[in-house]
Amino acid sequence: MKTKFDPLKYRPDFPILKQKIHGYPLVYFDNAATTQKPKMVIDAIKNFYERDNANVHRAIHQLGERATEAYEKARKTIAGFIGAESEKQIVFTKGATESINLVASAWGRKYISEGDEIIVSEMEHHSNLIPWQLLAKDVGAVLKILPINLDGTLVFNEFEHILSNKTKLIAVTHMSNVFGTINPIKKIVSMAHDRGIPVLLDGAQSVPHLPIDVGFLDCDFLVFSGHKMCGPTGIGVLYAKINHLENMNPYQGGGEMISSVWLDNATWNEIPHKFEAGTQNIAGAIGLAKAIEYLEYVNMRDITLYEQDLVTYTINKLMSIDGVVIYGNAPARGGAISFNLDDIHPHDLAHFLDQKGIAVRAGHHCAQPIMRKLNLAATTRASLYFYNTVEEVDYLAEQLVEAKKFFNL
Amino acid sequence: MDAEFRELYQEIILEHSKSPRNFRRMEDATHKLEGRNPLCGDQYTIYLKIENGIIADISFEGSGCAISKASASVMTSVLKGKSIAEAKKLFEQFHDIVTGVKTTGDDTDISRKIAAFSGVAEYPVRIKCATLAWHAMRNSIEGVTNSVTTEEK
Ligand SMILES: Cc1ncc(COP(=O)(O)O)c(C=O)c1O
Repeated sequence: MKTKFDPLKYRPDFPILKQKIHGYPLVYFDNAATTQKPKMVIDAIKNFYERDNANVHRAIHQLGERATEAYEKARKTIAGFIGAESEKQIVFTKGATESINLVASAWGRKYISEGDEIIVSEMEHHSNLIPWQLLAKDVGAVLKILPINLDGTLVFNEFEHILSNKTKLIAVTHMSNVFGTINPIKKIVSMAHDRGIPVLLDGAQSVPHLPIDVGFLDCDFLVFSGHKMCGPTGIGVLYAKINHLENMNPYQGGGEMISSVWLDNATWNEIPHKFEAGTQNIAGAIGLAKAIEYLEYVNMRDITLYEQDLVTYTINKLMSIDGVVIYGNAPARGGAISFNLDDIHPHDLAHFLDQKGIAVRAGHHCAQPIMRKLNLAATTRASLYFYNTVEEVDYLAEQLVEAKKFFNL
Repeated sequence: MDAEFRELYQEIILEHSKSPRNFRRMEDATHKLEGRNPLCGDQYTIYLKIENGIIADISFEGSGCAISKASASVMTSVLKGKSIAEAKKLFEQFHDIVTGVKTTGDDTDISRKIAAFSGVAEYPVRIKCATLAWHAMRNSIEGVTNSVTTEEK
């Protein structure tokens, strides 16, 4: 390991990691699905409900004021974390999935019409594929697919062939939840912007692991989920450039998103409130802001560097086991590692590992097109976070060898 | 290793999953149905040749975990030559065993084979694996032709 980062300094902050599973210390390698929560975040949510709970933007009373202040402060914290110019660019949603659906509905339905084209890549999570399929079907647009290579990288040169003067949007993931691939976003954005095409970036896997600066990336939309970055479930973010937010239609109708209402008409609240109809996940937003404070305290740059080290170590370790095949070999990659071991089915393997206290994911990882491309039904995935240790990786490798013995009569 | 887990992956189950019986396509099947578990991608096609109410031949192909494959294999081996009524009864017995409701109560060769799956009852998440092929079989003999998934009971 090249970095001096010490995960043991942070592990005590995560109460859940202290437990045993089937008599073995929990080894949590399912961070791409959701990460664990530090006590700080759990306490922030608890404190909110115990001390400040009220609805926001609606009450004159003290609690309402406190809740509103905390909610809007959370927006500022998030804006700062991703380098947004203004907190008006931060829309709270329930997660990356809802953020994408929001854009598909509020932006897509206004700007994409019959015959227009939307580009997504072949490595997208279903949440960055299905909303565009639905939109394309509804308005008569065409979904174009940027293919991937078998090593889990984009076939970048194919952009030339599928871009056209009808392309209205490129929606692409920053980091693959299957291969770990970090895509060349700067290159994609500048190519797209040269042609006046906006880019939606799925940051569900990148925002938790890499320092993100939307000013530098210059993407038009960025979506991510709180629960994959030490925050609670049920809260996520849509960041967008101001002009897009100003021009977009509302997403859902209801309270809070309006300015004035008559029986037959209404005008919309200013951004970002225009997109937040109904009572929002106030405690969730506060919890996410606390998670961000925590990640900033750990330091995002250190997290990235440590994870780079740990992922290299893990891959080398797994490759040293006879019968392990790893899917994805991008030059730039993060901590999601998909693999198979001999002909042991991922479900059987994941169940075996669970018996040893190790949590991994088995399945298609919400990316069935990738599985089809690789001609696989499923893979096992170990996904890392900064609280994982070299010792845990060694233990995983040990147990993979045990699994081979167990399943090979 | 925990005894219950060994119980789940008994030798007979591992053996059937590695060398599944009747693992082939059947060109002259009278009944054919695909069963899928969309959550994990397990997918099998069950073929039946039913003549005069008797399962004259049964086979399967597809892929999935050891539990689902062994269960399909054992199913084909116990159902060959059985009547439709017997097949339905065995379905019920198998279902009772993997859900832990009750055992077959006798000690025939068939009972022993399906009793090997009793360990599944300790692991509710694996019940769908164990019953996938059986559900496809039962639906198929009842005339269903669209693929079945584990999401519908
Ligand atoms: C790349 C990617 N995009 C989007 C999502 C969807 O996130 P959520 O389910 O939190 O909306 C995920 C979650 O697994 C993901 O990995």
